[in-house]
Amino acid sequence: MNIISLTPSDLSIAALLIVALSFLSIRMNLGMTRQIIVAGLRTTIQLLLIGFVLKTLFSHVHIGWITLISFFMLMVAGREVMIRQKRRFSGWWGFGVGTLSMSVSSFSITILALTVIINIRPWYEPQYAVPLLGMLLGNTMSGISIGLDRLTQTAYDQRAIIEARLMLGHEWTRAIENIRKESIKSGMIPIINSMTVAGLVSLPGMMTGQILGGNPPMEAVKYQILIMFLIAGGTGFGTMAAVWLGSRRLFDERQRLRLDRLKNAN
Amino acid sequence: MNGLKIENLYFHTIGPVSLSVAKSECVGIMGPSGAGKTLFLRAIADMDPHTGKIFLNGTESAQISGHQWRRQVGLLPAESSWWLDTVGEHFDKNINKKWLSAVGFDADVAKWEISRLSSGERQRLALLRLLANRPECLLLDEPTANLDPENITRVEKFLETYQRENKPSVIWVSHDSEQLSRISTRCFILKNKSLIINHKSQITNEHHFPDTV
Repeated sequence: MNIISLTPSDLSIAALLIVALSFLSIRMNLGMTRQIIVAGLRTTIQLLLIGFVLKTLFSHVHIGWITLISFFMLMVAGREVMIRQKRRFSGWWGFGVGTLSMSVSSFSITILALTVIINIRPWYEPQYAVPLLGMLLGNTMSGISIGLDRLTQTAYDQRAIIEARLMLGHEWTRAIENIRKESIKSGMIPIINSMTVAGLVSLPGMMTGQILGGNPPMEAVKYQILIMFLIAGGTGFGTMAAVWLGSRRLFDERQRLRLDRLKNAN
Repeated sequence: MNGLKIENLYFHTIGPVSLSVAKSECVGIMGPSGAGKTLFLRAIADMDPHTGKIFLNGTESAQISGHQWRRQVGLLPAESSWWLDTVGEHFDKNINKKWLSAVGFDADVAKWEISRLSSGERQRLALLRLLANRPECLLLDEPTANLDPENITRVEKFLETYQRENKPSVIWVSHDSEQLSRISTRCFILKNKSLIINHKSQITNEHHFPDTV
């Protein structure tokens, strides 16, 4: 099957939507005009760049390049997790908690998928490795940032309750237990929701792309199911790890609540 | 040594503070607002970072974990916090019925909704919740601040009985100097970053608690 190649003028027509949106935003005083335009430009530039990188990568298959680009993606995702926190850990912990949990869960699941499930050789074949890792990082990133944001914000709001429980001799794990559970849940809800409605309300993006690209629907569906499971695993384990690490950091060796380890982002 | 012993305690910008409270002794602490009375109690309960040594019945706080220390050194904060729906869920076991009636509650209080309690009721129940741990040292931060005169008398009498039976070391923070002269053996004033004994109250009190209340 052949693909209808999109020309720059095709994309320009789609871009008119963004332009129209920003005009409307000015008229309605939404105050989002700048954001809309910057986001549109970022999408264009970043995707063109990654397209160029992937093209180069596909023709020079080497584990060194893959490692380099994975590391870059991880750093960007880690930074994103950090800046989405209203109350983030000060110092290296702000970047470290999210990045560490994200790397452990995303990398191990991607490697598992490449070596055991898809079983491609070499396992770091960029055509599979980069999009898989990207999808995992992207989704784990949102789960972790939601979970951590919830954890730190709730701990801050409920400091009196946490401390009341500590004063009653509760261990730190018991004093933060409910908040920890709620934070993990809130990080996992988006992926569970999207698994629930997949195919009914929306066709997931990856599958849509494969079908548009001319792949047989059933092949696209199988890949989508695989991806959904991988993402759910990555997001779930990543969020649990991040919330666990984060909640540990909220207490010191004497099991005192240490909100002074958080700083307000604003 | 039995009881609570504080040596060269520095917390926030305050210190050094040294103080010994014998078993079944009650020490009162007064002081202007913002002098650090609450911070002092929090440091003793190891809720805030501090330097210096604190011993309870010969065991230094650093020798046991934070939560074990706080089970024995019970701090009653001025504002109580509740996180479940009913009173009873906040207690590990059934609430002692004698205690309940001593502070003016019926036995069915365990089923009461937290949201319907007055601040005075919360304060009295928070005291029972803390005492259920049988702490060997009690740190009370304005324990009768939200109570009417009748309940103040109840709580004072209850704590007096409790102290006679269980012999904890008590530090009682209050703004009410008359209350402190009723319940304490020695009274201190925390101001200008240090703890000074208030001699006036020491002379008037020879017993830990007057036997005729």
